[in-house]
Amino acid sequence: MSSHFFTDTSVLLGRSMRHILRSADTIITTAITPIAMMLLFVYVLGGAIQTGTDKYVNYLLPGIMLIAIASGIAYTAVRLFTDLKGGIFERFHSMPIARSSVLWAHVLTSLVANALTVVIIVAVGLLMGFRTSAGVLAWLAVAGILALFTLALTWVAVLAGLSAKSVDGAAGFSYPLIFLPFISSAFVPTNTMPSAVRYFAEHQPVTSIVNTIQDLFAQRPVGNDIWIALAWCLGILVLGYVFAMSSYRRKIS
Amino acid sequence: MTSTADAELHREPAIRLQGIEKSYKELHVLKGVDFEVAPGSIFALLGSNGAGKTTIVRILSTLLRPDAGTATVEGFDVTAEPVRVRESVSLTGQFAAVDEILTGRENLVLVAKLRHLKAPGQVADELLARFNLTDAGSRKVSTYSGGMRRRLDIAMSLIGQPKVIFLDEPTTGLDPEARIDVWKVVKELAEQGTTVLLTTQYLDEAEQLADRIAVLHQGRIIANGTLAELKKLLPPAKVEYVEKQPTLEDIFLTLVGNNGKDES
Repeated sequence: MSSHFFTDTSVLLGRSMRHILRSADTIITTAITPIAMMLLFVYVLGGAIQTGTDKYVNYLLPGIMLIAIASGIAYTAVRLFTDLKGGIFERFHSMPIARSSVLWAHVLTSLVANALTVVIIVAVGLLMGFRTSAGVLAWLAVAGILALFTLALTWVAVLAGLSAKSVDGAAGFSYPLIFLPFISSAFVPTNTMPSAVRYFAEHQPVTSIVNTIQDLFAQRPVGNDIWIALAWCLGILVLGYVFAMSSYRRKIS
Repeated sequence: MTSTADAELHREPAIRLQGIEKSYKELHVLKGVDFEVAPGSIFALLGSNGAGKTTIVRILSTLLRPDAGTATVEGFDVTAEPVRVRESVSLTGQFAAVDEILTGRENLVLVAKLRHLKAPGQVADELLARFNLTDAGSRKVSTYSGGMRRRLDIAMSLIGQPKVIFLDEPTTGLDPEARIDVWKVVKELAEQGTTVLLTTQYLDEAEQLADRIAVLHQGRIIANGTLAELKKLLPPAKVEYVEKQPTLEDIFLTLVGNNGKDES
């Protein structure tokens, strides 16, 4: 690792952040679709949904945050793909910089951008009546799990950006990820689902993450869910990182 | 420095390739390429599309590893000391490698910062002025014309004063005026002592610019010499009387005033 890793990464992070702030649609799109969904479910469908919580928005917010992150990381894949196609990736790589900072800057950008989106969503949630008695520690735990979830999916996005043949391909890999929350405990408790669907819902990553965040917000004991959630996130992170890095090495060798 | 002739004799070539081979799967692109480029000279690599010109440039700028052979730039081996090579070279690829969303000035500042220069803003402003981009400096690059984009691209490559510059088809897709602008820059670079390796498929470009020309064909260099030397490869010229017609380029440049600026 070169001695310039941190300066180079922060220069390149500044560049991608400028991209995001300049194409305002990035943050707005990633925040608006989940917010629209939140409005629909709380004010149209929510009245008919029995979740066992006093307010449906309290139940819904964690799932909405995950949907936002799953759609947000698609932009990381697109930004990386654009850099590769446009030749600027090669320009950076032919310069005396810490080469790995090119990739890490995209990863950090993803973390910062998704954090901004989640903050916007929580703010809207609060306006819609979301309330939690969670303390600082619980909030930190929520932030940590969301950051880990973002990081894991970001490396999957890096893999997609590196191996995509078109912009659509780079963005398209995230669609299944966006749909996962629908077949989970994000919108309704899993115990009303038919057994096969319920089995799937209870054994995919989103449910354990949603349950953990719901419990943290409601100050209930988190039980096993938090370990299952962490295992999923770390597993995806390790796999995503290994495959992305091997694809990256093939690209630059 | 001693006299130029003396210096020429004792200096290592700026670029040296020996037996460079490269294959992409079944496709044997380079089958043993050898050539040397003297410091401060302009060397043109001529070849049709797919001849492997870009592959050579990518190997020399450490983006690609050769399968066999050695290549050195400023005395540094591209596979053994890639970091030293990157400190000496600058690449201007086939397609303008500029950031569309940033402004022209931000692009220059970005590269200056990545080259760890002390006054990135000042470097950027000087280059904007030198490349007639001062007025466009605060505009997004996505609004630039092809010629402006190419000028910015080359300006970005000059930051940090690299000793060797690779220009991969620098004028492909440019209009005649923008092309002449690029030629002017290349000549200025060589006058200041920068070594320039350029690839082109335009014969007149090589004729206009290069001190030496090498022809890359089917993975090998089949001719390498000065223009005069290459001309000797053919039978002596017959004298014929031909009416000198202006070329379409002459006519176009006369019509538009030949000031070589596009302030779009």
